[in-house]
Amino acid sequence: MQTDSLVTIRDLHFAHDNRSIFSGVNIDIERGKITAIMGPSGTGKTTLLRLIGAQIQPDKGEVIVNGQNVHQINRRELYHARRDMGMLFQNAALFTNISVFENVAFPIREHTNLPESLIRKLVLIKLEAVGLRGSANLMPSELSGGMQRRVALARAIALDPALIMYDEPFAGQDPISMGVLVKLIKTLNEVLGMTSVVVSHDVPETASIADYVYLIAEGKVVAQGKPAELLTSSSPHVKQFMQGLPDGVVPFHYPAKDYIEDLFDV
Amino acid sequence: MFERVRELGRSGIDVCSEMGRAGIFLIRMIFRRPRLIKVFPLVVEQLYAIGVLSLIIMVVSALFIGMVTALQGYHTLSKFGADTQLGQLVALSLTRELGPVVAGLLFAGRAGSALTAEIGLMKTTEQLSSMEMMGIDPLWRVIYPRFWAGVISLPVLSLIFTAVGIYGGYVVAVKWLGIDAGTFWSNMSASVDFHLDVLSGIIKSIVFAVVVTWIAVYEGYTTEPTAEGISLSTTRTVVYSSLAVLGLDFMLTTIMLGGW
Ligand SMILES: Nc1ncnc2c1ncn2[C@@H]1O[C@H](COP(=O)(O)OP(=O)(O)OP(=O)(O)O)[C@@H](O)[C@H]1O
Ligand SMILES: [Mg+2]
Repeated sequence: MQTDSLVTIRDLHFAHDNRSIFSGVNIDIERGKITAIMGPSGTGKTTLLRLIGAQIQPDKGEVIVNGQNVHQINRRELYHARRDMGMLFQNAALFTNISVFENVAFPIREHTNLPESLIRKLVLIKLEAVGLRGSANLMPSELSGGMQRRVALARAIALDPALIMYDEPFAGQDPISMGVLVKLIKTLNEVLGMTSVVVSHDVPETASIADYVYLIAEGKVVAQGKPAELLTSSSPHVKQFMQGLPDGVVPFHYPAKDYIEDLFDV
Repeated sequence: MFERVRELGRSGIDVCSEMGRAGIFLIRMIFRRPRLIKVFPLVVEQLYAIGVLSLIIMVVSALFIGMVTALQGYHTLSKFGADTQLGQLVALSLTRELGPVVAGLLFAGRAGSALTAEIGLMKTTEQLSSMEMMGIDPLWRVIYPRFWAGVISLPVLSLIFTAVGIYGGYVVAVKWLGIDAGTFWSNMSASVDFHLDVLSGIIKSIVFAVVVTWIAVYEGYTTEPTAEGISLSTTRTVVYSSLAVLGLDFMLTTIMLGGW
């Protein structure tokens, strides 16, 4: 499709303990753009990000990041490639034994030999961007869940990676910080040219910043296109998800046997 | 019937492949050549957490073990009128057996379980994953310093244990049971051989250090990322490393007594 994609996913198959999560997914993530991945809870969006970061191996298919098949290169090359990736984990995953400041400074200290004064400036700039400069000296356990996620975001962008993957950046944020984060993601993308992948359920927020949207469900890409196209799409899948209708072709429930049968089963 | 045999075979294969994985893991830890400038402060930090913080339990236990060895020894030796040999008995039991073995067991309970739980929890809360995604190998950044800190700590702790234990024996023998201090020390130094006794104790403690720390970090690193997973791995660390210490002690003693 596009010629300039940073991440190319071709015919991806993956199963968790025999339960198929992906069966033939093709995705292109264009350089310098914001690509949104949407889909019902439990379809494997987090799994997809892990596959891009090569933390898990696919059963079939390939993931090319910046010209390298991340599942074929050796450990050393992989760790090198990951320096150019940032990932915001769904549950923050801050290092609990060091302060907020040290958490954000961690990747900088590990990968560079910058003087302490410069590290301090960099960390404070990143924390200011997520509105938490004042909490620099707190421990992660002293922050709320939403605040922890913002610190994790500051840490993920500490080294200005070329590719950044946000796993539900807006979850647990109040409307104000949500607005700030939406703007932050947009700004990082525009000013630094960070290629961004946003996994999110917040349709209006995501649609407002994304350049391209993939909708995945039941192991496949069920729709893709510019946000405006998807919002006005007439396909039942897309309509149901984008407008948040409970009933439709996308089931709300995890596969199970009949409800009534299950209740009266002894 | 066939089902049973098949199951037995399968679990046999599982055990073997697990041992293989753990072995590769150990080899990687030992033969890795990291940049010393970066790794040194990390090891020192862990030496404090693993070694220094285990000191108190070691010292207190060593005192008691030394004292009880002296008491028991005196009780038996005096039956043969050999109570002047008490110094020798205390020193030999501690340098050759009790020092390395009890220190190893205590280390497994105090430091090994802590290591497994800490690493396991880091894995469960995705701290290790996020480190991987930052392009930092947790095997290098988290596991390696802990492994070496454990390997360095235990031999030193064993030596301290032995020394304190001997002092405990001295207190009971001389201050309490009234054995002449000169006899106590001179009999001891006349009969303890550096090679045969002290060195063999040190070798044992080095072997225990590698094995206990290896089990602890491996169990933590491969834990199943759930609360039960961590509790299971922590238990396994203590059980496996205690058994390993006792089993290896028997093997090493056999080799040392037979060969030297
Ligand atoms: N370790 C695992 N073992 C087995 N199955 C798993 C495991 N992790 C995830 N799964 C399954 O894989 C599917 C996809 O999980 P994933 O976390 O990728 O979903 P998601 O799209 O990120 O959902 P959400 O929007 O709720 O975060 C889920 O249905 C889950 O049941
Ligand atoms: Mg998820």
